[in-house]
Amino acid sequence: MAKLKLASYWAAACGGCDVAILDVHEKILDIAAAADIVFWPIATDFKYSDVEAMPDADIDVTLFHGAIRNSENEHLARLLRAKSKILVAFGSCAHIGGIPGLANLFSREDILKRVYLETPSTVNPEKITPDPRTAVPEGEITIPVFHDAVRPLNQVVEVDYYVPGCPPTPAQIWNVVQAIVSGQLPEKGSVVGASEKTQCDECTRKKQEKKISGFKRIATVQPDPDTCFLEQGFLCMGPVTRGGCDTRCQLSGVGCRGCYGPPPGVLDQGAKALSAITSVIESKEEADVQRIVDQIPDVLRSFNRFAIPASLITRKVL
Amino acid sequence: MTFEPKIVGILCNWCSYTGADLAGTSRIKYAPNVRVVRVMCSGRVDPTFVLKAFADGADGVLVAGCHPGDCHYIEGNYKTIRRIALLKKMLADYGIEPQRFRLEWVSAGEGDRWAQVVNSITEDVRKLGPAKIREFSASTLRAAGARSHKTA
Repeated sequence: MAKLKLASYWAAACGGCDVAILDVHEKILDIAAAADIVFWPIATDFKYSDVEAMPDADIDVTLFHGAIRNSENEHLARLLRAKSKILVAFGSCAHIGGIPGLANLFSREDILKRVYLETPSTVNPEKITPDPRTAVPEGEITIPVFHDAVRPLNQVVEVDYYVPGCPPTPAQIWNVVQAIVSGQLPEKGSVVGASEKTQCDECTRKKQEKKISGFKRIATVQPDPDTCFLEQGFLCMGPVTRGGCDTRCQLSGVGCRGCYGPPPGVLDQGAKALSAITSVIESKEEADVQRIVDQIPDVLRSFNRFAIPASLITRKVL
Repeated sequence: MTFEPKIVGILCNWCSYTGADLAGTSRIKYAPNVRVVRVMCSGRVDPTFVLKAFADGADGVLVAGCHPGDCHYIEGNYKTIRRIALLKKMLADYGIEPQRFRLEWVSAGEGDRWAQVVNSITEDVRKLGPAKIREFSASTLRAAGARSHKTA
């Protein structure tokens, strides 16, 4: 059998997904034995032009991480879609928008102003902001166009499989690689490398009846290491987050942040989180409930940290 | 053409839906802008319903249930109180004006109150004009040349 051709690309991402792939440690050698890596910007020196020169559907599997933030991301998404038999949205950003998706709560102009003019560490007396085309003595130079909003990969091209996580766990990555190599992939459009149940189903913390009489923040109070975070009043997205990561965060002493995205059947992770968590607040008085919910700063970003671009309302109305 | 607000009303079966019925049988005249969806209890109102209504083009959303203490299921509307308090904050984070979303208690005997509530939210939303949520999301995607389909 010919070796598989494998590609990995980062769009609007932090690079953590690439590091997670390397975190399979010596098994990377098994991956290299089963597959030829034909494009992987963080680790190899292939150029975009090498991909453009490939025939269509030449790559067997592309692991695409990162959201679509600018015209370069979008170009590569379309290019790799054309050149790949299987395109995998890999990691939270490609799957549901991820952390870059939080930028959908600001306008494009506000982001550019903040980053290039206002941050305390910026020195920019000439007030230079990025321009897609700039004339220089040698000719014209271009840079990618910054889009209005962040989108997950499936809002730009058709996606065959989704691997959730910020980043996906190395154990799950290895499972996915084995599924690819053995050709035992599930139905197209499936989420792979994760469970069909929620985090709470896997979580080993002690769970009793949930009642919340006030919200606490992990930065100011030390949580009990064995009890459910919600029962202690700490936010945890466990009830509305797909399992499969072995509850990494809960085992490390912080509540789930929701990176594996919504479980099957949930349209909007943030709305479901709100529904689940507020219904166990221990009060029947409107004023008292208001006092308790006011203890949660930054509601939308706490309850829908990773999935705003893939939610019912994909961005702030400006 | 003048703007007529489209408002989705989500009403509990036992109090508010019956109250709206009473407004009808009493022949009270009031604004025709609220499209009513009946649920068994205001505690059944998942915040997803409210976001979906806005995402699908509603200019306003009105949730109505039994007065606290009067719930047919004893505790249902207490859950509503808790959810709606935080949902209002989430809607504000999305940039949706607070006048577009309301929780009201309307009993089965308050047909006149139902009419007042509907007239009042209709006027509030009329003053604000159309909600831009749907067009805004769609135009963002169009501007970036996207086609949208659902996550698995």
